[in-house]
Amino acid sequence: MAKIIINHDKVKDPQKIVELCPFGAIDYINGYLSINSACKMCRLCLKKDTDGVFKYVESQRPQVDKSLWNGIAVYVDHLEGDIYPVTFELIGKAEELAAKTGQPVYCLMMGHNIADSAAELMHYGVDEVFIYDYKELEHFRIEPYTAVFEDFIKQVKPSSILVGGTTIGRSLAPRIAARFRTGLTADCTVLDIQPDTNLDQIRPAFGGNIMAHINTPDHRPQFATVRYKIFNAPEKKGTSSGNLRRCTIDAAKLKSNIKVLEINAKELETGIEDAEVIIVAGRGVKKAEDMEMIMELAKLLNAQVAGTRSLIETGWLDPKRQIGLSGRTVKPQLIITCGVSGAIQFVAGMNGSEHIVAINTDKQAPIFQNAHVGIVGDIYEIIPALIKNIKSGMEVKS
Amino acid sequence: MKITVCIKQVPGTSEVEVDEKTGVLKRDGIDSKMNPYDLFALESAIRIKQQFATEVTAITMGPPQAEEIIREAYMMGADDGVILSDRRFAGSDVLATAYTLSQGIARDGIPDLIICGKQTTDGDTAQVGPEIAEFLNIPHVADVRKIIDLTSEHIKVEMDMPQTVEVVEVKLPALITVAKDINEPRLPSFKLKLASAGRPVKRLSLDDFSDQDEMNYGLNGSPTQVIKIFPPPANDDHEIWEGSTTELAGRLFEQLSEKKFLQR
Repeated sequence: MAKIIINHDKVKDPQKIVELCPFGAIDYINGYLSINSACKMCRLCLKKDTDGVFKYVESQRPQVDKSLWNGIAVYVDHLEGDIYPVTFELIGKAEELAAKTGQPVYCLMMGHNIADSAAELMHYGVDEVFIYDYKELEHFRIEPYTAVFEDFIKQVKPSSILVGGTTIGRSLAPRIAARFRTGLTADCTVLDIQPDTNLDQIRPAFGGNIMAHINTPDHRPQFATVRYKIFNAPEKKGTSSGNLRRCTIDAAKLKSNIKVLEINAKELETGIEDAEVIIVAGRGVKKAEDMEMIMELAKLLNAQVAGTRSLIETGWLDPKRQIGLSGRTVKPQLIITCGVSGAIQFVAGMNGSEHIVAINTDKQAPIFQNAHVGIVGDIYEIIPALIKNIKSGMEVKS
Repeated sequence: MKITVCIKQVPGTSEVEVDEKTGVLKRDGIDSKMNPYDLFALESAIRIKQQFATEVTAITMGPPQAEEIIREAYMMGADDGVILSDRRFAGSDVLATAYTLSQGIARDGIPDLIICGKQTTDGDTAQVGPEIAEFLNIPHVADVRKIIDLTSEHIKVEMDMPQTVEVVEVKLPALITVAKDINEPRLPSFKLKLASAGRPVKRLSLDDFSDQDEMNYGLNGSPTQVIKIFPPPANDDHEIWEGSTTELAGRLFEQLSEKKFLQR
């Protein structure tokens, strides 16, 4: 068993030793130093201590024959055959990793009447698509979905498996990882691969203040979940390639203790807290009518509109849409502040946002300290020009 | 009916910094609290208790200090509390944590219902609940946003999906993870604080489990290994753009499209 041992002969000042641990895991009781259950095996004590008091004893790790596990598999997440964009992004990443190690890329798709959608995957350069098409798989239910996943892994033995961080993915991936007693790293933001097929997984920890680099060195398969919009989807090719393999599974394995009684469309979320994109109007917006251009930009970006305290006080926006200490805290992927100066109370409610763009005429505005991109300019000129760009960009696409 | 709620003590703040030189966490003092998501799980269990004869057990894995959150659970209305505490659990990843909890939960037989918060604020993985269900070989439903009905045989819940809400009926025993905002958690009650002051908190270690193989716990039982931790790429790139309107709008358009905000 891997453990940390205290070399009592080398202890000079027990109190100093106790203080080495930020988790309070070193006890000094009745003249005796010991490690308690608060120990996180972070080995910080080994790093900090200079007298050789601590010793780390490595145990034998389990052995896995990595040559038996080959390929990178992507779980295809979909709603009634409509494949989620995150799946294509994962295919793109899987192909990149596979190219480095000379492994094939597989897709696993399960559901009912999904053959046509599965065929679409063949336009993205994957080597083989495995489909399980059963009435019992029409709706997501954990036991049959896990059983199918297990069947696929036993048959194909992929080295790495990438799953989208969707509602289904976050429920299914841990279940199947536990079945194989293997590791799963959630919400990876960076993935790379070693020549020995170890997956380098990097994810934010502790609310994003720290990045952790994680490996699953002695177990296969290695599971990682990744959220939407982290990686890039490959271009769809005109021609199709690869094999489509229909798989069968014993019907007894598709039994479930879950009955899906109803599926109801969800009333659309209109709150700002869950929005991925937010456009904020500040005092730079002069008249109620001018909110229209903010609304139009928001619509084009599929964004929610929010306001600063002073804008809310004008009554042009619902108070539920106020950002700041006296309003709501938001953490969208993109926030564009329009004519917002950036008072501390406002910034406190939005500075966790992934990407902050600020438009303001005053170059000295405090908002520019917090923005990733500060645009010195007049919202009355820039927003209409941006709207025009987006609209013509859309025409080019369609 | 027996309900077990899994709770966790987490750092009281997310303001954790990394020492750039050593790559280790800087944590001054150990200010901690109950994982906020777990309050919704506890509240769900206590609401059930108000309707049916139910025994609610709160269970946690952690150091002896984690007793504080069990006491807090008592003050909300939990009947029983268990801490799984053992130096041999140190360094547990998701798999080892879920396995340890499953051993603790099943020790006196699998309860009718297990409720977990959707995720924790420190690990943020949302994986422990489903993994516990797998180890106990019972069905689970994640992201429950409403408990509609409960009988001695079944629980009927609303599951939150990206575009839909599914009403599902699950045969007990089962595990659910509940979404934030499923209810409004009550505040700890002073009356219950007094009433539960002398109530013991059961402490279990590896020696109390049915599986006593040390290789299944702690660092040994953890397939994932943290190679290193490091600060995120510095976010001090405050770019300032100046120029003509056409130029600025064009640049912003290009950046938004590059960052995929114009996809749909």
